[in-house]
Parts: sequence; C-alpha cells; structure tokens
Amino acid sequence: MNFFTELREGLSISFAAIRANKMRAALTTLGIVIGIVTVTLMGTAIEGLNRSFMQSVSTLGADVLYVSRQNWITRSHAEWLLMMKRRPISIDQYRALEKQSPFALAVAPTTEDGMSVKFKNRRSDSVDVIGTTEAYLLTSGVGLMEGRFLTAAEAEGGRPVCVIGSQVATNLFIREPALGSRITVGPRTFEVVGVLETQGSMLGMNSLDNRVIIPLRQFTTWIWNNPDLDIAVKVKNVVELEDAREELRHVMRRIRHVAPGEPDDFSINQQDQFVEMFHRVAGTIGAIGLFITGLSLFVGGIGIMNIMFVSVAERTREIGIRKAIGAKRRTILLQFLIEAASICLLGGLIGLAVAWPVTLVIQKFLPATMSFTIVGIALLVSLVTGVLSGFFPAWRAARMNPVDALRAE
Amino acid sequence: MTLIRLEKISRRYQMGTELVHALREVSVEIQRGEYVAIMGPSGSGKSTLMNLVGCLDSPTSGRYELNGTDVSQMDDNQLAEVRNREIGFVFQTFNLLPRSNALHNVELPLIYGGMGGVERRRTALEALAQVGLADRVHHRPNELSGGQRQRVAVARALVNNPSILLADEPTGNLDSKTGTEIMALFEDLSRKGNTIIVVTHEEEIARHARRILRIRDGLIASDELIGAAAAS
Ligand SMILES: Nc1ncnc2c1ncn2[C@@H]1O[C@H](COP(=O)(O)OP(=O)(O)OP(=O)(O)O)[C@@H](O)[C@H]1O
Ligand SMILES: [Mg+2]
Repeated sequence: MNFFTELREGLSISFAAIRANKMRAALTTLGIVIGIVTVTLMGTAIEGLNRSFMQSVSTLGADVLYVSRQNWITRSHAEWLLMMKRRPISIDQYRALEKQSPFALAVAPTTEDGMSVKFKNRRSDSVDVIGTTEAYLLTSGVGLMEGRFLTAAEAEGGRPVCVIGSQVATNLFIREPALGSRITVGPRTFEVVGVLETQGSMLGMNSLDNRVIIPLRQFTTWIWNNPDLDIAVKVKNVVELEDAREELRHVMRRIRHVAPGEPDDFSINQQDQFVEMFHRVAGTIGAIGLFITGLSLFVGGIGIMNIMFVSVAERTREIGIRKAIGAKRRTILLQFLIEAASICLLGGLIGLAVAWPVTLVIQKFLPATMSFTIVGIALLVSLVTGVLSGFFPAWRAARMNPVDALRAE
Repeated sequence: MTLIRLEKISRRYQMGTELVHALREVSVEIQRGEYVAIMGPSGSGKSTLMNLVGCLDSPTSGRYELNGTDVSQMDDNQLAEVRNREIGFVFQTFNLLPRSNALHNVELPLIYGGMGGVERRRTALEALAQVGLADRVHHRPNELSGGQRQRVAVARALVNNPSILLADEPTGNLDSKTGTEIMALFEDLSRKGNTIIVVTHEEEIARHARRILRIRDGLIASDELIGAAAAS
C-alpha cells in the first residue's frame, strides 16, 4: 500500500475530526500549551541570562589571573574563616612578584575601600575607591571616555590625581567639566584626570561605574597603610593560561615563604569560577523549568490520551467500516496517531503564540530572544508528546475486531 | 469454478459460562457467478456466516478456501488485504462514513488498495455512474435518500472489482419500492457475471436469486436452486 496516500488520508481524516470538535480539541491542548509556554520561556530566559552573563564576564578578561587572599567563591563558612586567617598580600610581595613574572604582560595591584566622595556640596556614596597602578588599564580592559589614565610616575609618586567612573561623574558634575576639577576622597582632594567608559553592572550586582581610581601610593598614604592587595596578572598568551597559573603559584609560594608540603596560603582566581557558579545557577533554573515542563506535558499528555480514547470510542463504527473495506492495523494506527499529534502540535502552536508576547516583555529586562532552536524544540516536544500519548488509544483502535466494531452503536 | 469452499465451519461464542453455537460444522460450496440468497429465522447464524465468508471474522474451527487459497489461517493484515481485493460488503445500515461525500466513500477501498489520485477518482466516478448516482457525487450521506445511500454503498462494494458481493439484509432499512430498485441493481450485476450473496428475510427478495440456502440453529436446513437455474 502506498504510504503517502495513506498519510494524506490520515491527515485529512484527523483534520476533519478536529474541526468537528474544535472546542474539545482546544480545551484538551491546555496542558500542552502550559508545557510549551514553560519550555519556551525557560529556554529564552536561560539564553538571555547566558548572554548577559557572558557580557559581564568578558569585562573581567579571560586572560587575567587574580591573586588574592581568598577564593572568590567559597563553598562553606568554615572555608571562608580559614581564608580570612591567611596573611595579607603586601606591597613588597607585589613588587617581588612583578619582578619575577616573565609570563605576565601586566601586573596590577589593587586595593579598595568603600567611601563617600565629594565635590563642592555634592556627594556620591559607597563609591569603590581603588588604589592601583598604571597597569590596571591593561588588566581591567576598561576604556576612557575622557582624559587619560594614571601614569607610572603618578602611581609611584605623590601627585594626587584620580580617574572616575561614569556614574561618579554624573553624580558629582552637572555643569562643571569633570576634568581638572578636584574631588574630595577621604582626607584629601584629588584632581580628576580621566573619566572611564560606562561598563554596566555585574549581573545586576555592584555597578562597575561607581568607582574612583587613585594611585596606589596615595591609597597607602591616606587610606590604609598596610592594605591587603589583590594582584591582577594579565598573561601574555591566553593559550598558556594554565602554565602561567602554575608558574604564578610557584612564584607566590616562594615570595610568601610557603614551606614545601604546606598548602597555598593564597588563592588564584580566574573568571572560570564565575562561569562555574553561573552554570550552577542556570542549571537550577533549567532543572526547575524542566520539572514544570515535564509535569505539565505529562498532565497534558494524559489529557490527550483521554480524549483520544473518547475519540476512538465515538468512532468505533467508523473503524469497523474502514477495516471492513480493507484498512490494515497500521492504517488505523497511523490515522489516530496523526490525530493525537495534530492536537498536540496545535497546543504547541498556541503555546508559542502565548510565549511570544511574554518574551517581548522579558526582553525589557534581559537580552532575550525566542530563537528558531527553541521554536523547533517546542514543536518537536509537542509532536513527541502527541505520538506517545496517542499511541495506546490508537493501538486499541487498530486492534479492534471488525465485526465487533461494526456492531457498535 | 469453485469460488467459496466451506468445510465443517463452526463459530462459537463464549458468553460467560455459556457456549453459543452460532454455526455448527457448516459445509457449502459456491461457484463463481452464482446469485445466492441466505434465509432463516432471527438468530439462526446468517450474519455470522456472512461475516466469515467476508473475512470479517475467523471460524473457531473448520477450513475456508476462497479462490483456492486457505484464508482460515490468515492473520489480521492478510485478511484486510483479502477484504480489500476480493470482497465487497453491503450492510443493512449502509455504513457510509458520515463526514465524507459519496465520492470519497467510494474512493476509500481504492485508497487502501494503493491506487493513485487521478485513476482513483475516475474509477470511483465510474462506479457511482454505474449505480445511477453520477449527479450526486459531492453529497454527503445525510444529504442522500436511503435508497441513494445504499447505492453509494453498492458502488463502494464494487469499485475495485471484488470476487464476491456480500449483502446482509440490504433492503432491511428501505421501503419496498427502493428495496425493489436495489434488487434490480443486484440482478443487473448478477447478469454481468458478479458473484452475489444476499441475506434476507423476505421470500420475494430471495426469489431474485438463483439459489436459496436456508439456515436454522447454525445448520444448513435446505439448499435449493430456483427459477431458471433449477430448470437448467
Ligand atoms: N459477538 C457475539 N457474541 C455472542 N454471541 C453472538 C455474537 N454474535 C452473534 N452471536 C450469537 O450467534 C447467533 C447467531 O447470530 P447472527 O447474528 O448470525 O444471527 P442472524 O441469523 O443474522 O439473525 P438476524 O436475522 O436477527 O440478523 C445468535 O444466537 C447470537 O446471539
Ligand atoms: Mg443478521
């Protein structure tokens, strides 16, 4: 028998059947609709989250290693306490490291404190005041909107200059030009020599634009005399990041006189750790979404199965007629499978139609788009649900004895 | 030439603890081109016999040869194929697909037989013309009279040139005038060489046939040739 003729016949029968029971079919699809809406929104949200995260992470730089007293991400309070007991990283250690790092393109020490900064009668609160050197420009990858960055001489010397983030600039300066003005940081005033480009925020947490960068020497003179440094090391070749990391570890152990066999008393962080954390978060969102999707598809599938049993029962006589004039089992099976799959696809399409405007709303918060992949997955999922839940009723229809089927009322 | 050979065919139904004997070791032969009427009281096993001959049902025991092949051992799909190619059924209650028009109803056996679109349509239209319904092909069953519906059913039964036309009380739901029309159609088909088996309660209808099988309690009570057939 010709399979395509059969398929065409199956399609036209199921469309006629669905058309004859529009309301029923529409109501039956509800579970599928919810399932498809969840799967689509979840996919869209994860994709959007991914993209915004990658944007944030890329500002950290893939080729930069961060030496600190602590891990960025601690798994337990005990671990955190242990790290807090470590000796701070001193300026002398930084200088030693800078001399012994042939693999580094730039080594930037940073130390920071949150405080208010003032200009005339205006103030900006909880600003990150960062003490660093000219190398910071390389390790952080920030650009300048106006002016220039600190010079090497300024980093070492005593000239009180600063570079400010764009948010600080808009907070403090309304009519006056920022460049050349003197702002008050702690006990001193600093001349603004540059304004950084707007960077946005890290996953909606602390803004990267609310900061003031001053020379390290100024920081140690006026704010903390013995700061605990973080050292950003930009490697020459990102491909050899792992080797560089090992070398960096050895140098640091030597500098900090860690005896052989002792564990490191410092941490080397890199953005992977954030990526790893992010994947855990995304994984959780995905798992929850998958659970909701699975549950609603399951319930929806049961609904489809139920309505297919009704459909088979109603059309027992039709099945008998078809069998009497030569329909085989697989013809009947195919016919009802197509019907179930069509109802589910209908649900999938309705689901997509509902999810589409919701995506547009989400777009206002996250860079989310409904991709073709997601649409494809949604339709495939609904098709598979239809075939799975339609199979049992269709199989029952296919196995009917023609005489019994014909006798049905 | 022997078209149908039944040898000791029995059909039993298990009803709870009770065993119903619908047919008891029935043996009968029917030749190609015969026109046979089956008569008997209600519940005697006429429909059961028709369903077995039409391969809608399988016997509990016994052997059934159709066109020289043993069909009593065939599986579901093989039987479906035999029904499609060899058998044309006409039912008392017409049994047309209510949502399909006359043309599609008649096309259906050809679809299951795998015939392509253009040829299929032409063949179906020819069959409808043959039963005098050329001007009703796009009507649905509920837009046709009882007699017209039964004509569509006859066209559907004949459309792929089956070896046998089986009709279980084809006039049972028709008034006597339309009933006579359908019987005239059968007579015409018989003259053209079709093999026809009709179940009926009415002597008058049975007299159109050349041979009458009378059934009682699942057994063949009598088997007689009538009219021209008896004379020859
Ligand atoms: N599916 C079935 N299950 C149980 N018993 C059945 C079944 N089909 C038929 N029978 C029994 O078999 C016997 C013969 O039934 P059948 O339908 O062949 O009678 P019939 O001669 O066609 O009668 P009628 O003239 O009323 O149509 C009856 O006693 C009936 O009750
Ligand atoms: Mg009967």
